[in-house]
Amino acid sequence: MTAKDLNPILSLRQIRKVYGSQEVLHGIDFDVGAGEVVALLGENGAGKSTLSRIISGAVQPTSGEMKWLGATYAPASPRAAMDVGVGMIHQELKLLPQLSIAENVFVGRYLMKGGRIDRHAMEERAHAGLQRLGLDVSPRRLVEGLSTAKQQLIEIAKAMTLNARLLILDEPTAALGGDETQLLFRQIERLKADGVGIIYISHRLDEIRQIADRIVVMRDGAKVQEFDSGDVPVRTIVEAMVGRSLERMFPAIPEPKDDVTLDVRNLSSPAKTFNNINFSVRRGEVFGIAGLVGAGRTELVRAITGADPIASGDVVLNGNVIKLRSPRDAIRRGIVLVPEDRKLQGLVLEHSIQENIGYANLEEVSRRGWVTSRRLSQFADAYIRKFGVKGRGGQNAGELSGGNQQKVVLAKWLARKPKVVVLDEPTRGIDVGARSSIYDTIMDLAREGVAVIVVSSDLEEVLGVSNRIMVMAQGKQAGILDRKDANDVSVMELATI
Amino acid sequence: MITSVKEENRNAGSGLLSVFKGATGPLIGLIILCIFLSFATDRFMSARNLLNILDQITVLGIMAVGMTMVILIGGIDLAVGSVMALTMMVMGYLANQIGLPLGMGILLALAVAGVTGAIAGLLITVLGVPAFIATLAMMSVARGLANMITDGQQIVGFPPWFSLLSYTRFGGFLTLTVAIMLIVFVLGWLYLRYTSGGRSLYAIGGNQEVARLAGINVNLYTVGVYVVSGLLAGLAGVVLAMRLDSVQPTAGVSYELDTIAAVVIGGTSLSGGKGGILGTIIGVLIIGVLRNGLNLLGVSPFTQAVVIGVVIALAVAAEGFKRK
Repeated sequence: MTAKDLNPILSLRQIRKVYGSQEVLHGIDFDVGAGEVVALLGENGAGKSTLSRIISGAVQPTSGEMKWLGATYAPASPRAAMDVGVGMIHQELKLLPQLSIAENVFVGRYLMKGGRIDRHAMEERAHAGLQRLGLDVSPRRLVEGLSTAKQQLIEIAKAMTLNARLLILDEPTAALGGDETQLLFRQIERLKADGVGIIYISHRLDEIRQIADRIVVMRDGAKVQEFDSGDVPVRTIVEAMVGRSLERMFPAIPEPKDDVTLDVRNLSSPAKTFNNINFSVRRGEVFGIAGLVGAGRTELVRAITGADPIASGDVVLNGNVIKLRSPRDAIRRGIVLVPEDRKLQGLVLEHSIQENIGYANLEEVSRRGWVTSRRLSQFADAYIRKFGVKGRGGQNAGELSGGNQQKVVLAKWLARKPKVVVLDEPTRGIDVGARSSIYDTIMDLAREGVAVIVVSSDLEEVLGVSNRIMVMAQGKQAGILDRKDANDVSVMELATI
Repeated sequence: MITSVKEENRNAGSGLLSVFKGATGPLIGLIILCIFLSFATDRFMSARNLLNILDQITVLGIMAVGMTMVILIGGIDLAVGSVMALTMMVMGYLANQIGLPLGMGILLALAVAGVTGAIAGLLITVLGVPAFIATLAMMSVARGLANMITDGQQIVGFPPWFSLLSYTRFGGFLTLTVAIMLIVFVLGWLYLRYTSGGRSLYAIGGNQEVARLAGINVNLYTVGVYVVSGLLAGLAGVVLAMRLDSVQPTAGVSYELDTIAAVVIGGTSLSGGKGGILGTIIGVLIIGVLRNGLNLLGVSPFTQAVVIGVVIALAVAAEGFKRK
């Protein structure tokens, strides 16, 4: 089924968008038919978000024409788009933590009965929506404290109760594990059967084949290629996205040395989010940690890096048992964490790139406690160049793309010449081009003799970069696989024990 | 290559104004205010009046430096007015009723002021009490203690040299109280701008979790900042005692609000992570010049309060507008 066979519910012709003197969209033609999933792909900055923001009414195009069910469509606000039946699920969650799930689902359009809010009806409908997504929680529960994956599902349920004719999903699976992703896909199939059109934005290219009917690839604000089938080899898509042919996705992995840098013995957390974990990482080794969302991977690496407390067990660095009371203790001993959420844990977004790099290196930048702007910028600019960050040193970190932000976080930590580097979801929400440069950085670290731990929900990634892989399931260590024995089947078998 | 050269030029060329980065709006406001007053009154632009203004802002200026640090880390200190009164009463009690030498009394009173800050800081970091509540509690406790010392009575009769320090103009212009304020300004500015401790405060205010994960000892700095705020409130109390030649437990009521106003007018963000001492100095000067000017124009204290309220709202609204 292609759009040509269908009457499109939404069609865009020659859509252009100019910010100041910069044109970010150059005349885009784009159609979505009823009951089809169009995958919208491209690197960060290719113009996908701007396009979806135009469709969902958050910004207005500079010129061009949009038609909705054959009539002229020019939404002045997200509300106007919602009213005709366009729903958008944002990549960054926009839920109100202090309100109940039901209130979040219906916020801004509360169901009324006789002039009063009809809580009962809202709770019932919210519950039904969540159950369709396989999430069985009380709609009266507050959103605060729910895992990111569950919050994502609530966001999706919220969009579905809109009875939208068109849904835009921006990276809906970024925080989801395998099971939840499959549930979401089943739900998408059902929506398709109901005649809902779906625009699907994702960096996980392996999903596209499963879910998409059509693929539109954007690059630098223009539509560069269109495939009338979702079944296109990943390499072909990636080449269209980056505009050059790729030699390889993952760089060669160096051989680790024989001596052990980090040894973790019988480690458990106070809340038993992980229990009795044992592993060791050699000098120059890349050690992957795989598992489903909620398996305790993040909790484990946060404990090893002093960010969270340890209940029992030892962390041994170069043969010495070390006590970690705070991140400060870990950092001083050369163990650093590149955290999962760079916007909340990695960077101060309103401060400059230079300042962000400086915050982890104040001893190095200062002389007897004194810091000057000149020393700070000299120090930081050297690392900005070394890691190829596209941005000026004085620019705020919040203005950078995801990939460049992650490079700043890496620069901030690697400037300390650490012995152990822990990367939690190092490429989440990052485009393909920036990904491979992060993989190169990981391999450079290994070659220099750093012990590297990589936590990732992206199975292909863990398999591609690790010498060995530990699989976790429900807080327990399910097994450690050698590179030669590890593949997606063997890892998933252990992860779903 | 070409762009990088251009950018270096831009960085180098920003010059003097970059020192006032983030406070250029308040600076322009202050200049306009001074120009207006120099035309509206004939006495404003006299050396004597300008020195008067400096004398009048000493108490506010000293406290505002501590408040700037507190607000920079995303906190608030409502206790400074009460701590100032407590310090004054402890000093008066030790010197005039116990009979300790006045210098000794001052040092012990400052120690008490520091302790109040430490208690607030520990409440915030160890027990997780919100800064607003912890310092609100301390505001009440300190005011109560200040009243208990003399059962609400004032203490007078300090040695003559004490109050002379706030009148005698050394070198023809500088009183000791103004000198103390200038020293506090310079130390605060150097600390925030040029030390790793100062940079850490910006990181904590920007995002506390990022700062903690970056290995910054967030709890230690937080307690430290409240101790400094308490100490400077105490120091402001000593200065006020010099100026009044007496101490009373009702001193400094609502000074915390003036102080917060001065800091915020100076461009320091209440959400933390942005601002600095230069902005605060300008904020203090705006309040000082405004009060002085309105007095010279014969505006009643009630009307003055209205004008100052409007200025606070306009200053912060202008910053928000500029950001858009």
